[in-house]
Amino acid sequence: MSEATITLPSQKEADVHREAGHAEAAVRIPLVTGGKTIHDVTEDIAGRVEQKPTLTWMMAMAVSLGLLLVGTYAVLVLLWEGVGSWGLNKTVGWAWDITNFVWWVGIGHAGTLISAVLLLFRQRWRMSINRAAEAMTIFAVICAAQYPLLHMGRPWIGLIWVFPLPNTYGSLWVNFNSPLLWDVFAISTYFSVSLVFWFIGLIPDFATIRDRATNKISKIIYGTLSFGWTGAARSWEHYETVALVLAGLATPLVLSVHTIVSFDFATSVIPGWHTTIFPPYFVAGAIFSGFAMVLTLLIVVRRVYKLEDYITMQHIELMNIVIIVTGSIVGIAYITEFFIAWYSGVEAEQYAFINRATGPYWWAYWSMMTCNVISPQLFWFKKIRTNLAATFIISLIVNIGMWFERFVIIVTSLHRDFLPSSWAMFYPTWNDIGVYIFTFGLFFTLFFMFAKFFPVINMAEVKSIVKATGERLSKTHSNGKAEHAVEIASNGEKVKAVK
Amino acid sequence: MAQGNNYVLGVYDDEDILLSAVKKVRGAKIKIEDVYSPFPVHGLSDALGIKRSWLSVAAFLFGITGTSLALTMQIGMMYVDWPMIIGGKDHLPFPSFIPVTFEMTVLLASFGMVGTFFGITNLKPWAKPRIYDVRITDDKHVMAIDLDQNTIVENDIKSVLKDSGAVEVNNKNFD
Repeated sequence: MSEATITLPSQKEADVHREAGHAEAAVRIPLVTGGKTIHDVTEDIAGRVEQKPTLTWMMAMAVSLGLLLVGTYAVLVLLWEGVGSWGLNKTVGWAWDITNFVWWVGIGHAGTLISAVLLLFRQRWRMSINRAAEAMTIFAVICAAQYPLLHMGRPWIGLIWVFPLPNTYGSLWVNFNSPLLWDVFAISTYFSVSLVFWFIGLIPDFATIRDRATNKISKIIYGTLSFGWTGAARSWEHYETVALVLAGLATPLVLSVHTIVSFDFATSVIPGWHTTIFPPYFVAGAIFSGFAMVLTLLIVVRRVYKLEDYITMQHIELMNIVIIVTGSIVGIAYITEFFIAWYSGVEAEQYAFINRATGPYWWAYWSMMTCNVISPQLFWFKKIRTNLAATFIISLIVNIGMWFERFVIIVTSLHRDFLPSSWAMFYPTWNDIGVYIFTFGLFFTLFFMFAKFFPVINMAEVKSIVKATGERLSKTHSNGKAEHAVEIASNGEKVKAVK
Repeated sequence: MAQGNNYVLGVYDDEDILLSAVKKVRGAKIKIEDVYSPFPVHGLSDALGIKRSWLSVAAFLFGITGTSLALTMQIGMMYVDWPMIIGGKDHLPFPSFIPVTFEMTVLLASFGMVGTFFGITNLKPWAKPRIYDVRITDDKHVMAIDLDQNTIVENDIKSVLKDSGAVEVNNKNFD
């Protein structure tokens, strides 16, 4: 077991803390462990940005750039040849492209949910995970956007079609009755608001890096990025209002985005798509997959950057609880869908669902069921939800399961339509796979750049809770003695106290 | 805001001590120009007598601008400029306008508010801020007192700051 060193608070420090009324209930588990002081937060997080890139980072970056390069070739072929290079046919006209689009958009739901919804609910555990989760959100939405862009064939022309811009055809305007157009507005708004929210949070941290910078280049770069932030009380007053109002605006926005994505299907008359349950079901699924991706990424970041004191087991456990809740909602949605198909008495609807479970794509359906409904239920066991390896594996399984969910909804509903003579199967071509690889390369390249050059944890926010819920001071109250901190320090870790 | 050149800075390392210090210093009739902190300190705005931020009002105003722009745009395009019956819906399919109207409300409210925030707090990429102490963005709170704005003698100010729990009391000149 590792041995941590804790600088004990002085008795005076403990007294001031107690008198100010920061006392926490003894049962509360500290959110910042390892006896961190405010200065330690700066050292641990900003220090990472200042270090030279490590070999591990460069190797990871090389792999993702490699994926990006391979994927770029696929994208170039796609642009040259057109969507004919995909495995689509006249029956299955929507397949991997939209599956991957919905999958990435879904992943992009956790970040803003963590930072906005949890801010409104005053959940302080969001503070050390929101930065990375928001970054993930933004990158996932960028990846998602590639699909609608690329499938247009000539995006440089298509981009003009999707926005209501005056044109030489009349003007012939976009159709505001179309959910696909609502998607354009929803996703571009979601992307820009999430980006602004993320950037607002980064400003004070960029200022920290600016003030610590020793070389001219980083001083200029982080100086520019910090927008001249000084930390004046007047600025903080406005800043907090901005954060709160943005959270209030972003909360319905998060819910609206996947609702609108689900309208792409739900407003059609295809059996299997034409259901009113889609909006809440898609939103739950999006949060489910988003949290799974946050866990996948954070477990690695936490390990590589040694952030165990900030992203504690409690953080991981709480995220796993969100996964049980949303996974169960998704499970109920699957069963409800099936029940309603039978109960509706509509034969086409009934066939669509029987075909999903027992038709040629049964393997996709049962992969989805196993990954999304059964695997998260394992988190009811505290041993499993507080186990890193188990959490990591289940988070990957959930990501795979959520991909299958979209594939099942899209492809199995289309491949056997109303006319049996036109029934067909979908087989992905190398280009379908290549474009998917492209988005992976793009996602990880962006994420690794972020992990190296941006502070991965919101320093200013974490600093504001170090006193209240940091292990160093929060546990001094039980008996009024500073020494008490050591007894409760880090679960099971041996702690050496230094006065 | 016109800024002076000669400052006395009280450096604090604890937000609770800082809060009581602000009250003591203001009680001693010393004018505080501003307090700089690495993170938002709750109660500091009240202690300093800073008015509550009105940015939520700005957000609301930008929001309703977004709502009306979106509705005007959709009605103008689908009803006035080029009416078409699409999908069996009439020329003015109000329910279809809800998603885009909502998104544009949120978009304008967010961007308008953030833009206003940048404007009033003077945040811009090319800003050259006055940095009183580099440790402000690390772990210290700094109370900046402009000597030209105060009639009280420098040494008296310094002793009030020391008594209020400042870990350091420094002079800072900007020339």
